[in-house]
Amino acid sequence: MSANTKEKTAASPIVEVEKLSKIFGTLKAVDGISFEIQEGEIFGLLGPNGAGKTTTINMLTTLLRPTSGNAQVCGYNIFKQANEVRRNVGVVPQEYTADEDMTGKNNILLCADLYGIPRSDSKPHSEELLKLVELQDAANKKVSTYSGGMRRRLELACGLINYPKLLFLDEPTLGLDVQTRTAVWKYIKTLKEEYRMTLLMTTHYLEEADSLCDRIAIIDHGHIIKIGSPEELKNSIGGDVIVIEVKEPSPDISSDISQIKLVKDVKKNMNTYRIKAELGEEASPQITDLIRTKGLHVTRVSLTKPTLDEAYLEFTGRSLREEEVDKLTMFRQRVTMRRARS
Amino acid sequence: MDKTEPEKETLSDSTEEKQKQATESKEKSFRTPPKVDRKPWHGLWALTNRDLRKWYTNPIQLVVSLIQPIVWLGLFGKALNFGSFIAGSGSQLSIAQQNAILTSFFGTPSYFSFLACGMLAFIVLFTSAFSGMSVVFDRRFGFMNKALSTPVARGSIVMGKILQSVGRSLVQAAIILVIAVLLGMEITHFSIQGVAGTFVVIFLMGIGLSALFTMLALRSADWQTQMAIINLINLPLLFASNALFPTKIMPPWLQDVVKVNPVSYANDATRQLLLGATGMNSLWVDFAVLIGFAVILSTVGIILSWKLLSK
Repeated sequence: MSANTKEKTAASPIVEVEKLSKIFGTLKAVDGISFEIQEGEIFGLLGPNGAGKTTTINMLTTLLRPTSGNAQVCGYNIFKQANEVRRNVGVVPQEYTADEDMTGKNNILLCADLYGIPRSDSKPHSEELLKLVELQDAANKKVSTYSGGMRRRLELACGLINYPKLLFLDEPTLGLDVQTRTAVWKYIKTLKEEYRMTLLMTTHYLEEADSLCDRIAIIDHGHIIKIGSPEELKNSIGGDVIVIEVKEPSPDISSDISQIKLVKDVKKNMNTYRIKAELGEEASPQITDLIRTKGLHVTRVSLTKPTLDEAYLEFTGRSLREEEVDKLTMFRQRVTMRRARS
Repeated sequence: MDKTEPEKETLSDSTEEKQKQATESKEKSFRTPPKVDRKPWHGLWALTNRDLRKWYTNPIQLVVSLIQPIVWLGLFGKALNFGSFIAGSGSQLSIAQQNAILTSFFGTPSYFSFLACGMLAFIVLFTSAFSGMSVVFDRRFGFMNKALSTPVARGSIVMGKILQSVGRSLVQAAIILVIAVLLGMEITHFSIQGVAGTFVVIFLMGIGLSALFTMLALRSADWQTQMAIINLINLPLLFASNALFPTKIMPPWLQDVVKVNPVSYANDATRQLLLGATGMNSLWVDFAVLIGFAVILSTVGIILSWKLLSK
């Protein structure tokens, strides 16, 4: 089944990256990464700060010249057909790039001018986009009066002005409050579902990657460590964990439980069973039924799905959150990369 | 060859899809993409106007930028009254003789008029110097990256910076000229051709100087360095020119420097055009040098923009 769908979509990869590298001085920001993005999917680059996510996006959007490697974006070569790539993709950068002294609407119109879109089209289109990102009320206010969330939404609208087939989103929710983050997630889903757009987004929020992306590439120190759907990544570290507590005193029925098809592993500790199983939702009623037929009384059941955090830990050997503890190293690396990029 | 054909197919497919969607549910899908302007200078006016708008919607900037040359005109032009130096020296020269001496130095009996022409160059020089600053701030605030991620010509980004600075220079020079006339600048030699020619000179010098400062800023995101560069170049360009003092009274080595300074050629031309002064070169030579300066520097600026704007 899955092989079948893969074959179908493989016909139209919208992004093909081959051994792309970028070296800043002695720092290998991106080290020979390769991946493909299929049309219509949301592809996530997940990794800690300084992993090479933004550098990758900057290379694919032709802002940075790769040191080596090659890539096709929307069917165009990023070296030879840079202008065609720019014409066909939308970019929503990490930083706020709008002109503070201009109104939100004029910022969008300026972007349209830079794409060579005639005003006869960009005027109505900018209204639509402002409506999409719910900025129509602030459209004629100067950007300097906007909040962070409004600026982020304006960036999104600017990135959509040229009818892109592919949209690059660099840390779209960085530093946003929960409410705006949810709104941005909503827009991203709208773009995929209603506008059939392909999206490449970077993030270091696991929950964001988990809820939005169809496929995720875990990237660390410029290398892609693992690519797969959130489910695949989670399942590859073993199944769900079911914890069942029974009333004392109880005989050990571990061996009976492990007879159930979905169950992979059972451990008993006092009156608690810790069970690893595939499809925990289906397995747990089967287990409780079994326990009842043995004449025992279940007092508590809990089901834990594996998180992407655990998957991340498994693949990179450390937690995303741990990574941020080493702030000084991170800071230095970021400063170097910022300088190199700007 | 093999590769381009399926590309076209997918392109047309997706537009068809979009059209279909558009007819199905108008609200939910984008309209069909329009035909875009692919001229190499598309977006040039938009970029120029973006910077100009910052200036004309903010009158304080305009007023402040005018104060400095007016102060120079008032203090320097009026205090350094060379006519009264001679008259007050106790010499028995007649007015005509005094004027002849002054004319031999300044090409006109009025130092104030001489300096007024220099101030036109001054305002162009200082306005142009900040064209580089605006590149630095665009990098700092991310706008540069936005522009670079669009298909707008890299050359348009540079030319936009140059043209906005030339636009400012022209307006500011016009205001300075009016103020100079009100303060007593000699107008007996004014003619329509002379004034028009003066603005052509300002335009050419503005292009050359802004191109110079813009290209120095192409790679920089650091405004302190840029300020240092501006000061390093600006003051020598001003003082090693005939803007404030005539070349004649300078030491020979400085005269050589003045002769290669394009600012001198602009001053030389405006003084001939506005004051009827006898210049150091013929007007043709002045214009040839200024046109060469503008064309060469803006061409170099555009070529450098291809290399330096993105890395």
